[in-house]
Amino acid sequence: MSEFEPKIIIFLCNWCSYAGADLAGVSRYQYPTNARTVRVMCSTRVSPQIVLELLKDGADGVMVTGCHPGDCHYINGNYYTERRMEMAHRLLKLTGLESQRLRLDWVSASEGEKYAGVVTDFVKELKGLGPNPVHKDAKLASRLKAAVDASKNFRLKVLSSKEINLISKGNAYGEKINQQSVEGIMEQATEDEFKASLILQLTNKKSQSVKELAKELGEPTDRTIEHVVSLRSRNLLALDHIDGATPKYKAIVTGGA
Amino acid sequence: MADKVGAVMVVGAGISGVQTALDLADSGFKVYLVEKKASIGGTMAQLDKTFPTNDCSMCIMAPKLVAVGRHQNVELITGAEVELIQGLPGDFTVTLKKNTLRVNEEKCTGCGECAISCPVETLDEYNQGMKKRKAIFVAYPQAVPLVFSIDKETCIGCGICAQECIAKAVEYERKDQALEVQVGAVILSPGFEEFDARLKKEYGYGEFKNVVTSIEFERMLSATGPFFGTVMRPSDGDIPRKVAFIQCVGSRDEKVGNPYCSSVCCMYAIKEAIIAGEHSPGLKPSIFFMDVRAFGKEFEDYRARAENEYGVKMYRGSRVASVEEDPETKNLSLRYSIGDETNTEEFDLVVLSVGMRPAEDGERLSKKLGFKLNKYGFCETDVYSPLNTSRPGIFVSGSFAAPKDIPTTVAEASGAVAKAAALISEARNTQVTVKEFVPEIDVVGQEPRIGVFVCHCGINIGGTVNVPSVVEYAKTLQGVVYAGENIFSCSSDTQEKVKEKIKEHSLNRVVVASCTPRTHEPLFQNTIREAGLNPYLFEMANIRDQCSWIHMHEPEKATKKSKDLVRMAVAKARLLEPLKKSKLGVLHSAVVIGGGLAGMTAALDIADQGYPVHLIEKEKYLGGNLIKIHHKEGDRKPKDFMNELVGKVRDSKNITVHLDSEVKEVGGFVGNFKVKTPDGEIDAGAIIVATGANEYKPSEYLYGQDKRVVTQLELEQQLDEKTLKAKQVVMIQCVGSRNEKTPYCSRICCSNAVKNAIDIKKASPTTGVYILHKDIRTYGFREDLYREAGDLGVSFLRFPEGTMPTIENKAGQLEVTAFDTVLKEDVMIRPDLLVLSAGITPNEGNEELAKMLKVPLSKDKFFLEAHMKLRPVDFATEGIFLAGAAHWPKFIDETIAQASGAATRAITIICKDFLETEGIIAAVNEMVCNGCGVCEPVCEYKAITIVKDPSNPDKLKAMVNEGLCKGCGTCVAACPSAAMEQKGFKDQQMYAIIDAALQEGK
Repeated sequence: MSEFEPKIIIFLCNWCSYAGADLAGVSRYQYPTNARTVRVMCSTRVSPQIVLELLKDGADGVMVTGCHPGDCHYINGNYYTERRMEMAHRLLKLTGLESQRLRLDWVSASEGEKYAGVVTDFVKELKGLGPNPVHKDAKLASRLKAAVDASKNFRLKVLSSKEINLISKGNAYGEKINQQSVEGIMEQATEDEFKASLILQLTNKKSQSVKELAKELGEPTDRTIEHVVSLRSRNLLALDHIDGATPKYKAIVTGGA
Repeated sequence: MADKVGAVMVVGAGISGVQTALDLADSGFKVYLVEKKASIGGTMAQLDKTFPTNDCSMCIMAPKLVAVGRHQNVELITGAEVELIQGLPGDFTVTLKKNTLRVNEEKCTGCGECAISCPVETLDEYNQGMKKRKAIFVAYPQAVPLVFSIDKETCIGCGICAQECIAKAVEYERKDQALEVQVGAVILSPGFEEFDARLKKEYGYGEFKNVVTSIEFERMLSATGPFFGTVMRPSDGDIPRKVAFIQCVGSRDEKVGNPYCSSVCCMYAIKEAIIAGEHSPGLKPSIFFMDVRAFGKEFEDYRARAENEYGVKMYRGSRVASVEEDPETKNLSLRYSIGDETNTEEFDLVVLSVGMRPAEDGERLSKKLGFKLNKYGFCETDVYSPLNTSRPGIFVSGSFAAPKDIPTTVAEASGAVAKAAALISEARNTQVTVKEFVPEIDVVGQEPRIGVFVCHCGINIGGTVNVPSVVEYAKTLQGVVYAGENIFSCSSDTQEKVKEKIKEHSLNRVVVASCTPRTHEPLFQNTIREAGLNPYLFEMANIRDQCSWIHMHEPEKATKKSKDLVRMAVAKARLLEPLKKSKLGVLHSAVVIGGGLAGMTAALDIADQGYPVHLIEKEKYLGGNLIKIHHKEGDRKPKDFMNELVGKVRDSKNITVHLDSEVKEVGGFVGNFKVKTPDGEIDAGAIIVATGANEYKPSEYLYGQDKRVVTQLELEQQLDEKTLKAKQVVMIQCVGSRNEKTPYCSRICCSNAVKNAIDIKKASPTTGVYILHKDIRTYGFREDLYREAGDLGVSFLRFPEGTMPTIENKAGQLEVTAFDTVLKEDVMIRPDLLVLSAGITPNEGNEELAKMLKVPLSKDKFFLEAHMKLRPVDFATEGIFLAGAAHWPKFIDETIAQASGAATRAITIICKDFLETEGIIAAVNEMVCNGCGVCEPVCEYKAITIVKDPSNPDKLKAMVNEGLCKGCGTCVAACPSAAMEQKGFKDQQMYAIIDAALQEGK
């Protein structure tokens, strides 16, 4: 009988969290062997795309760790990490995969015990969730693929990197925007881009109608029309044919990766 | 005269000595860093967090410790004491006694097996005796050097550790050694001792379990401390609800012989109170202060947050008479008084905020080395030469000269370097070594030939992980042409073996699976470089700290994990590329903006070391605010001192003064700045901002309307001209400070008021002097002035936080009314002179200058340094530095020390012929980049600019300044077009490593 052992990837920043993980070792805190660690100079290097890609490829859990807010070796890198992981979480929620599979935590160089605790807890939580079903669930796989695509999207990248400055330093007019309204914009943009990516996936091989797409997307048809209109104006989606009274759309494949 | 020696000895390796050593070594001098204990780090290494940023102390300090331990121009001499200094400034012979560690430092790998098996225990000093350690030990896990030592007092000589030590490093018979070292100058930074709380018998320390000192409490708060960060009562392990901090334990106390203020306790108590509340929600801290001395940058804000957001209760103007223990509950009852009222309150835990005493070693050093101590036993210094001891050629920094906080210490630590370096500047670069390397082998285009070295680390890895099977597995991985095992990969014979294997198998990538890259990567990188490989063709798999040590009871899983980690490292290694550190030329000159005390001091310090300086002053004269001050400070008038300084600046052949001038534009970057002024463009390697600040011009209290209302500066003029006639003088503190508009404390006004009050009393003992205040913040030895003023009959009246006294002109008579917190009623005084202690306001030009320099301002509009604790004179933008009141209001001695510090930091750049860029930096794929500009603002180092594409002027693209980029990678994650990449952490390398992680291993 072999118990499910979740496969976990943890990103550690060089200056705080990697040192904290080392300290856990120096202090001989024992914790489960599931984690495979990847060192980066700063947690800010870890893009939403990287973590989503890992989950899409079957990792049971992904964790990103960095210095506590205010302690970043690169001044403010971890604030960006926080906003970017927030975006990754939003996308993850849209895919239907448990969002607990992605974690962000702060571990300082002196928190060896905390690190061991966080990993132990994560392993426990993932055992409770069971294996990442992505390889058995084609629908989920395509949604995760859509999330990865959305995370690479220009608009989301711009927003997730500009967010902090808009709130704390001010915009081009010197006005500060309140966090709530920025988050509102982010929320909407994330959902739109995710759905757009999903539509492109669904229409990649087979043309689809608005009704068919709306069913897949789980939203009212009038919302789907908005996405279709937007994708068509971006020249990513084309009318394939009209089936009776129902137009069907197909993604425009431009080649390349 | 004998030749000068291009080496300096630094005595004491706390944060002060470490900073001094790094700056000296980076300025072309050899450094002998002498430390009495077996490892460096001093008191800061014991702290949990630091105020006012609540940074983790070890996180910010450890990189400096590692850097100094690794610096090729720094020789650490630990466990050693200075016995004698002979010779003349510039050419000293220092005799040292190096106490034996009973462990061979060359052989010890720091693995710690010896301590695990050692059968005897004693109290652990690092944890203030609240935990045990073994007889063979290292002070703390991140210690530098990571070498164990035997404490002979505790050791029973059983011989177990020698048996366990695979490196054969334990040498019981190892003897003390006498050493002689030639140096040109000496810098003393032996630090301080904490006050022995037992001497305050009335507080019951040592008798009552639940009375602890602040430094013990610091360890209690620390995640690496005895209680793992949970605050517990030593008596029963319960989490205390009510915690009292008693201030001034061994400070401001003539009875125990420490009449001075220790300067830091108010702030650390506030910090400990905040952190304790964060660690244990529901914990209610109270602090018993005489005065709340929150006088530093952002301190007042921190104090306000503690009270308003964290609910820290502050008893101002209070004195605690005694602490009694309830024998049943072990709770403690405090008897305290505020004014004439006495109260009692019960607490679960009492923290004594112990003050700072001069270094234990101070007296011995003073006698042996021949420099003077002041009346309190600290090193004697002068207001106008705060970094010099009484013996020429011996300098001082840090808390050995007076109690002070970390940022002031760090600024001084750099400052002392300027003084030592000026003495021996002609011997720069004579004692340092520059390593010569064989030419690099060109590996571009070669198939990867990877060598994998798996380490046993004695039994640290090999005892858990099946190392031979990891080696066999490594051999099966694509690209691996050699795999082998080592007992200790870090030993010097293994380095030779690695080099041989590189040659034998024509390896072009190396993977070492052993401990952590944080400490060992540079060693291995150096080794492969010696074998002709670019140091970035190296990757580590951490199978000890992050595998064998944490999975000690799961050998099979740990072995599988080790294989996975090796597979991941090899996957990345296949894609590694040689990285070049480019060299940027450096101009050997500096620009100093501002010709006041700070600017002139910095300019002279740089000029005295032989580098040209351009000093830019907006007025038509040099000297700033201080040249107008006649009133005596120390034993002379600032005006006289300033005139002398102006003379020196004028005489210096290295200084070009630009009067009636200002900075119009700043271009370029570190090593190559272009500063535009109305006189033309100046090229310089570094810039120092020393633009000062101003006295606040009051709009309140009838100032400007009634001649009887003056500022302290104007009072000083009257005192100086002996025109003061008033018989009743009232001074009001915090006019233009600590109010809603300017919430900060201006630091210097309390001491100035008290000093002027003394002068009034001395000139006319019958004149009544009242000082109306919220707190009297005469920190450090300035407390002497406060006491003297009280003795002379100056009356002090405390009014509550959030209020101000009022003034009325009643039929020609001034009437000042304030609420007295002691009498608890309004008190009215009729002064014939009202003196306003006007605060300090930042320069209005700061914002414009900050924009030109691309450096930030604090919310109070003073310039904001790179890090408030450990980089007090640096800006985040490299090559630009900060000194004087432009940073924060400060006294003459503090300004001088800080200005010298800024000069040193600038010299660490301009003394070099070139700067090496980081290897791991961002790079733009110009084909893909469309110049959208998202990356530009996310870069904290201003390393990215959006420029016109030279080949296509219609197109924009991002450009990375390699000199400024620190390689964090935030722009890479931000780039919407995947045009940005981070060398060494490229997308394909990142994906290779994570794909390998997801593969099913064996």
